[in-house]
Amino acid sequence: MSRRDYHGIVVTTPVTVPYVRYSTHGPHRFLAQALDSLLQGSGLAKEAIDGLTVSSFSLAPDTAVGMTQHLGVSPRWLDHIPMGGASGVVALRRAARAVQSGDADVVACLAGDTNRVDSFRLMLGSFSQFAQDATYPYGSGGPNAMFAFITAHYMREFGATREDFGKLCVAQRANALRFPHAMFRKPLTLDEYLGARVIADPIHLFDCVMPCAGADAFLVMTEDRARAAGIPYARVLGAIERHNAFADDPIMFRGGWLLDRDDLYAQTGVGPDAMDFVQTYDDYPVIVMIQLEDLGFCEKGEAAAFVRRHTFTHDGSFPSNTSGGQLSAGQAGASGGFLGMVEAIRQLTGAAGERAVTDARFGLVSGFGMVTYDRCLCTGAVVLGAA
Amino acid sequence: MAADNPLLALVTALASGRIRIVDLTQTLTPEFPQITLPPEFGQCWPFRIEEVSHYDERGPAWYWNNFSCGEHTGTHFDAPIHWISGRDLPNNSVDTIAVENFVAPACVIDCSGEAAADADFLLTVPFVEAWEAKHGRIPPKSWVLMRTDWSKRTDPAAYQNFDETGQHTPGPDADVVRFLVEERDVLGFGSEAIGTDAGQGYHLRPPYPCHSLMHGAGRYGLQCLSNLDQLPPTGAVLICPPLKIRKGSGSPLRVLAMVET
Amino acid sequence: MTMPFMRPPKKNPILRTRVPTLPPWTRSRVALGLTAAAAVGRFELQSCDDCGTVQYPPRESCHQCLSIALRWSPESGEGQLLSETRLHHSNDLFFRERLPWRLGLVQLASGPTLMVHLHGDVPAAPCAVRVGARLDRAGQAVLIAFPAEETPHMADDPQLREMTCDPRHRKVLVTDGKTAVGQALVRALAKAGADLVWVGEAEPWKKSPGLDALSDLPCVTRVPLDLTDERSVLQLAGELGGKVDILVNNAEVHRPFGISARRGTEAARAEMDVNYFGLLRLAQGFGPAMRARGADGQAGATAWVNLLSVYALSNFPPHGTYSASKAAALSAAQCLRAEMRAGGIRVVNVFPGPIDDEWNQTLPPPKLSAEGVASAIVRALRDGVEDVFPGDVAQEWFERWRESPKTLERELAQGGT
Repeated sequence: MSRRDYHGIVVTTPVTVPYVRYSTHGPHRFLAQALDSLLQGSGLAKEAIDGLTVSSFSLAPDTAVGMTQHLGVSPRWLDHIPMGGASGVVALRRAARAVQSGDADVVACLAGDTNRVDSFRLMLGSFSQFAQDATYPYGSGGPNAMFAFITAHYMREFGATREDFGKLCVAQRANALRFPHAMFRKPLTLDEYLGARVIADPIHLFDCVMPCAGADAFLVMTEDRARAAGIPYARVLGAIERHNAFADDPIMFRGGWLLDRDDLYAQTGVGPDAMDFVQTYDDYPVIVMIQLEDLGFCEKGEAAAFVRRHTFTHDGSFPSNTSGGQLSAGQAGASGGFLGMVEAIRQLTGAAGERAVTDARFGLVSGFGMVTYDRCLCTGAVVLGAA
Repeated sequence: MAADNPLLALVTALASGRIRIVDLTQTLTPEFPQITLPPEFGQCWPFRIEEVSHYDERGPAWYWNNFSCGEHTGTHFDAPIHWISGRDLPNNSVDTIAVENFVAPACVIDCSGEAAADADFLLTVPFVEAWEAKHGRIPPKSWVLMRTDWSKRTDPAAYQNFDETGQHTPGPDADVVRFLVEERDVLGFGSEAIGTDAGQGYHLRPPYPCHSLMHGAGRYGLQCLSNLDQLPPTGAVLICPPLKIRKGSGSPLRVLAMVET
Repeated sequence: MTMPFMRPPKKNPILRTRVPTLPPWTRSRVALGLTAAAAVGRFELQSCDDCGTVQYPPRESCHQCLSIALRWSPESGEGQLLSETRLHHSNDLFFRERLPWRLGLVQLASGPTLMVHLHGDVPAAPCAVRVGARLDRAGQAVLIAFPAEETPHMADDPQLREMTCDPRHRKVLVTDGKTAVGQALVRALAKAGADLVWVGEAEPWKKSPGLDALSDLPCVTRVPLDLTDERSVLQLAGELGGKVDILVNNAEVHRPFGISARRGTEAARAEMDVNYFGLLRLAQGFGPAMRARGADGQAGATAWVNLLSVYALSNFPPHGTYSASKAAALSAAQCLRAEMRAGGIRVVNVFPGPIDDEWNQTLPPPKLSAEGVASAIVRALRDGVEDVFPGDVAQEWFERWRESPKTLERELAQGGT
């Protein structure tokens, strides 16, 4: 049976609680600010929010359940989505289904984390049972080490070079310079990228994201409701998620998108060629390349060539991560999985300011999250269309 | 007055220095060797000491130790019950020996030259008779102390003096023990070495004669004595009460000698 | 190629000694199966009794068929290096102090993909490797990939050295030089390149020709040490405690008696006094300084070896009181292991079967030679193993004990076989 489409469902009100490098405040504060921004941005009353999703690493021991009491909301539909970089895509997909089926009228999707001086280190060792047992005791490099394996293997197998990764990073930095909330506000040259210190060979400093504190959020509702309330929106055209795909691959070189992308484009009604921009999940540039392949923009192993023949700034031949991505905007924990989503909504609702992609009608947002052992387990993607 | 009161005379003499007290006791330390038997036999515990507290968290204002040792550790007293030959005698254990016996005169037989020349030197009847010719007959109920200067061997290995044939320390032969008990009615025999018997005493007849014959006749032993070179051949009086251990076969003790100056 | 580990320069005695840190220690209960195997020098992974899948990381059920019939099974370690990295940044203090650190991702021939520490002699990926399990400084099992073929000075790889306790260029105290095992140990340690071997001597008046003969070895120094005497232990600890890198406690008293074969407790006490209390006195004397020196240079304090007995596992009634004293010592050694962990000091427990000495005279062969025990101890230090069962008898008893402690108890009650 083919998957149902998302007809009539829209996503609105992209908000960002400005990122800061460190914070002594709890994640609840950032999530509350996010909800407050959603209400202010949409003009809706808190009581109108009858669905809620929450994504946060630092919220423990709380979950979405505890957040309802912190926020003073009483949703009739609630989901906790601890999926890291896939949180935004998955939250949107599930919220869309909830609205579509009448389980909720307006769903607020929140993601946010705090970042204490020591919290990244403390999170690494207890990220998952496999991380605790089988990766953290091996040099305690965190995701850098695992992505170093994946990157080195990908470079060897498919001929990608550091210059290729650098081209993506430099373009994203150029985009970030036009995004007021980005943590990195200095231009980056390819020479600076190539000359940066090595972190875990072949990963160097500018291949890594910077952990910070902050939050992002958006609302999901019906198109009718958004139009009636005068809230600018983007349409949800397709959405997929997949977990623990290709478990027998000895080392990750492809992701779950490959299994579901045909369904995604079938729902959407247009193919990858129609996309005016993409927001990939960019915890490391190699993953951007894998997404370009697995989402059908080029064949497996062809991403390096794809990168060489395109430009990735907001005004480039293939606008990509137009707010700078996490590599330049920063990674506020689970918010990193929302960054591309809120940027896509901004692009499609005319809220992208000086980094707007001209005449953007279709945009793709990809999510990728949770390295519990040797690969990322959660993948997903959404295609949004302008109203 | 003093002449009428012997105790007062004694303390007066002590106070004036006319009588001085010589300590014949080795200090109890973990390093001081203990008697060694073949390992399949039971063993006498060496002296061991462990701090209970030292003005610290285990006892803020006081210092004290626990110690453990055998009845025959360090300078010690042997009661007749120590040996199987004396096991059925009356008053044969340290708690029942008449206390009068703990204060007695001592004859000191100097064998230091002979022991230095021969670690296996055995005291003989002729040697004692020669001594008596010089210093007079050993009075009854006297201690006979064999001076060998063995206590000056402060290196435990030299003190024990083992080689592949066993231990080599001086002691009495069987005849002289018999002689001292039967002919001289001595109170007991004292030695500077680890035992009253010679290191090779096992090979005498009877084996370990000083233990076997002395204790069999209800006499006592003193071992691991020191400072015998500070005693006159005759005239010293020993004070040597062992601990009052019920059925005790001996005990470490402080041995003091009173000597006229 | 690994550079041979050269004698480190003499320590500057006025510089601060680096405080030991440990690699991450926390493991799930199921992952401790890897540690349990590595502690005895084995590499085992979970395999499924129902479908035969070999899996890693350890799980509570088979990820293929969902069976919970998982068994820790020997693993050859043959595999392919898929990718590698050299960490130049770490979030953990232990690794931060030892960067760069080489890591690999290996697919085993049996299936699973492993993250491993990577020996320096492994060539660039892809290539064949051999994976083994080792205990790290925290005492937890980790995997390390070795080159498929032996290379020169393989043991000297700096990362591997963080998992082993090689006596070379280290200073060792052997607590009893009067026994044949003690003398064999001193010779074996000298041959293994120990920088200095102090050998303890209790009751110096009892001659030991074997000990006298050790004086030929230039690295050997005799020291007075009597484990029954607190002051003797503390004095030596005061004098050398800050220098001992490996302590081998081989002092023991062994009398072949059960409970009823010997009246009184004098012999049993003597056993306990050395075998159990002696260990406690040593631990109080030497433990603190060793614990503080677990990261003292390239050849700092590293291991504490206890000569126990396979009888510590289950009482051998003809040697009943000895068995009990060794069981007590084993228990104390486990406590010591927990306490020494903070310093990264490995407590190695050695469980020999009967040694061919005077107190096992009436036991039938096979019996272990003193040299056999000594070489097993040196090997355990080099391999970084924590529990050692030298000799066929010990190996067999250990297997029987693992299989069924109660069955072994009954067998031993019937005379042992």
